[in-house]
Amino acid sequence: MNLFSTIYCMARRDLTLALRHKTEILTALFFFVIVVNLLPLGVGPDPKLLSKIAPGVVWIGALLATLLGLPRLFAHDYQDGTLEQLSLSPRSFTLIVLGKIMAHWIVAGLPVVLITPLLGIQFNLSGPIIGVLMLTLVLGTPVLSLIGAIGAALTLGVRGGGVLLSLLILPLYIPVLIFGAGAAEAYRAGLDMTGYLWLLAALDLLALFFAPWVSAIALKVALE
Amino acid sequence: MNLSVKDLSCQRGERLLFEHVSFQLEPHQWCHVTGENGAGKTSLLRLCAGLSSPLSGSISWGGVNIPDDLDGFHKDLLYLGHASGLKEELTPLENLTLMSQIDGQPATEDAILSVLSFWGLAGREDLPVRVLSAGQRRRVLLSRLLLKSCPLWILDEPFNALDKKAINTLYDLLNNHVSQGGLLLVTSHQPMEMAEGIVLSL
Repeated sequence: MNLFSTIYCMARRDLTLALRHKTEILTALFFFVIVVNLLPLGVGPDPKLLSKIAPGVVWIGALLATLLGLPRLFAHDYQDGTLEQLSLSPRSFTLIVLGKIMAHWIVAGLPVVLITPLLGIQFNLSGPIIGVLMLTLVLGTPVLSLIGAIGAALTLGVRGGGVLLSLLILPLYIPVLIFGAGAAEAYRAGLDMTGYLWLLAALDLLALFFAPWVSAIALKVALE
Repeated sequence: MNLSVKDLSCQRGERLLFEHVSFQLEPHQWCHVTGENGAGKTSLLRLCAGLSSPLSGSISWGGVNIPDDLDGFHKDLLYLGHASGLKEELTPLENLTLMSQIDGQPATEDAILSVLSFWGLAGREDLPVRVLSAGQRRRVLLSRLLLKSCPLWILDEPFNALDKKAINTLYDLLNNHVSQGGLLLVTSHQPMEMAEGIVLSL
């Protein structure tokens, strides 16, 4: 089994499990939609104001929706003993963890990207800005899953781990939020946004390299 | 290949579970770890599987310290612990397919169906594991004994929840494994009905 088939095999398993628990996918999606829709109720119906704050609101919604499923990323496997079995595999545990993170992104991040055009229309965003917002989400939401996995691994088996996870991870999400929302804002202002996109891509690579590895180490500690 | 445990001590929290445990397991040998509840049987097995680290002492496989070549050791090991190790929403067929892939010895669907049938689970291969009884789940887990070819089996209470017929089947498998040159480290609260082996009391 090569590198890709290890990742594919784990991602496929977690996606199969997610499809059999459709509520998990729908909960994250509805949570995202509700968070994004609550803000107009609070700040009023001014279309100019709403379209100005929309990218930031969508990004905060995406961030919180990703956070929602993170405590369960490894918890079920830990409880039923499958995580222990996975750690005994002669295959790279880091790649196994990467497969799980990819599945988490497909379940929690991808639906957010796909529903964003609808919310963009609701916020009176123009087509190109919606496109830019989707692009930043495609680049940024994997970082949320990757960094979140580290927190999920570090808090595995800890009582009250969900709260601790939020406290641990939310500060680390700040750069993604700034660059993600900043790119859409820069585009609206007619400025060059490529710098933001490159920074998001760099965060992607950095997180892709380190997060599965660090998560795997933290999980092995949790299993001891 | 042999499993060598030297001067092993284990601590959980503030409590010293056992100390200065040493034994050596050669091919064709098996070891029955006995002791009261909480004596540290499971901890010893987890240490031998490389799942946790000892307070002191060393464990080597084929003369190589386990932490020095953990992946190589895991190729030669099948560890079945207390927990089911099965995903309840997946079917026995899906669970075993995945585990065989993760074990690095992908099994065909026919091979898995044949093993499930061997354990009396024919017709249950497409049911979610959550609807199976405890004994049936145990048999699904034990199916891995026939799907992963490796010399060292470490089994924690493998007879739990099994009926008489399944217990006899498992004894046949264990005896067969040992007679073919395999090594077996097992905990069980019931007396083992096997040829003479090493007994380690904690």
